[in-house]
Amino acid sequence: MASAMTYDGVQAGQQLPGLDIPITASLIVAGAIATGDYSLVHHDKAHAQAAGTPDIFMNILTSNGLVQRFVNDWAGPAARIRSVKLRLGAPNFPGDTMKLAGTVKGKEVVGPDKLVDVAVSGTNSLGEHVTATVRVALP
Amino acid sequence: MSQVRSQDWLSKVRAMVGQEALPPQTAADPVNLPMIRRWCEAMGDRTPAFLDEQAAVRSGRASVVAPPAMLFAWTMSHFSPDGEREGGTLLGLDLVDAAGFTSVVATNVEEEYFRELRCGDLITQRVTLDGISDEKKTGLGVGHFVTYRYEFSDQRGELVGRTIFRVLKFRPPAKAKEAAPVAADAPRAAKASPPRPPMTKDGEFFWAGFVERKLLVRQCGQCGRLHHPPGPMCPECNSLEWTPRECSGRGTIHSFVVMHQPQIPGHQYPLPVALIDLEEGARIVANLQGIAPDKVRIGLPVEVQYVEYEKDFVLPAFRERRTG
Repeated sequence: MASAMTYDGVQAGQQLPGLDIPITASLIVAGAIATGDYSLVHHDKAHAQAAGTPDIFMNILTSNGLVQRFVNDWAGPAARIRSVKLRLGAPNFPGDTMKLAGTVKGKEVVGPDKLVDVAVSGTNSLGEHVTATVRVALP
Repeated sequence: MSQVRSQDWLSKVRAMVGQEALPPQTAADPVNLPMIRRWCEAMGDRTPAFLDEQAAVRSGRASVVAPPAMLFAWTMSHFSPDGEREGGTLLGLDLVDAAGFTSVVATNVEEEYFRELRCGDLITQRVTLDGISDEKKTGLGVGHFVTYRYEFSDQRGELVGRTIFRVLKFRPPAKAKEAAPVAADAPRAAKASPPRPPMTKDGEFFWAGFVERKLLVRQCGQCGRLHHPPGPMCPECNSLEWTPRECSGRGTIHSFVVMHQPQIPGHQYPLPVALIDLEEGARIVANLQGIAPDKVRIGLPVEVQYVEYEKDFVLPAFRERRTG
């Protein structure tokens, strides 16, 4: 966390520092366990292959966690994530790298809340893994 | 499949939109630091307020808070060694499966967080079927998008978050036909309801206690002896006076059986059923949960947990005790 963001210091169009996440089998399994998802396709390669995919792949709740971590890294300790809209595309398979990028889309004050919308995308070698809009309250 | 028949199943699913898709499920554990830590380690999230009490206070919070993205994690179903899903298929998915769209992949999550969760919050999940799309051609194959709406409330019944969860149910590619249908990302929770226990005047308080998350045993008002199952008269001193005594829920296994037959809907078999010596002295019968049948042994320390099937229907199940 370089420096914490404030509502007044953030402008639409501002880019977040990029983040490359190596996709390993360990990350996929650790994410699946942390999110409580024991579906076989997220930890059992033989089963994943029998189901028609080349390897195990990341579950959507881990993708959500990584997107929010990416926003938290940028926004700083006092930020509070209020909502997320997230869509998945190309799967995250082991051996790939997901490149997370983010842009501030806009900001507005709603009641006591100073809200900033951040558009996040995560791409891997197959294409766009995730696109998301994260709404975060800043001090 | 003819167009007529395909629309037949689709209209059946559409007729169920708005209905409860799974019985409500209360988290096995309250929001807690160990689960938060494991989650933060996996995600690489170093937000100090998620783990450090003082940092949380410095950031304007009363105490440590859970990462909002963990909302779904609290009520997810438990690990099962064979990878089988524990009970409960989301309403409508069986019809979609039967129509040939047997593969699943999660496509969308939309979450709103109404407040940050603190350690000790006990989350209950309710889910309704929100909709199903017309047939779509997708990169994975032909399928339907099925949407569920999850609502999460706390121990006071206040809504703390809401999730729209969309999956694509698609026809698997021909080469993977033999593969078992897999739930790529479908969240797993809850159980089908077993039959309700018979209610008698003597036993009513015992079952009603579980709704309050209390394990109550009849205690004689005269000699103080605990006796169970509840009856009208103390078997020790013949007094008709009594009060319900709240027990800690801790005990040890006195004896047990492993049920294979008959199989009653709502339970998983083989099902270990135990006689449990409560630390207060009473002995009760209850199902075990989360203990493999071959790991059950006499003397094993256990503790009660509560399984909510409906808001007014909660049963106890004992698990291996990890503390104290």
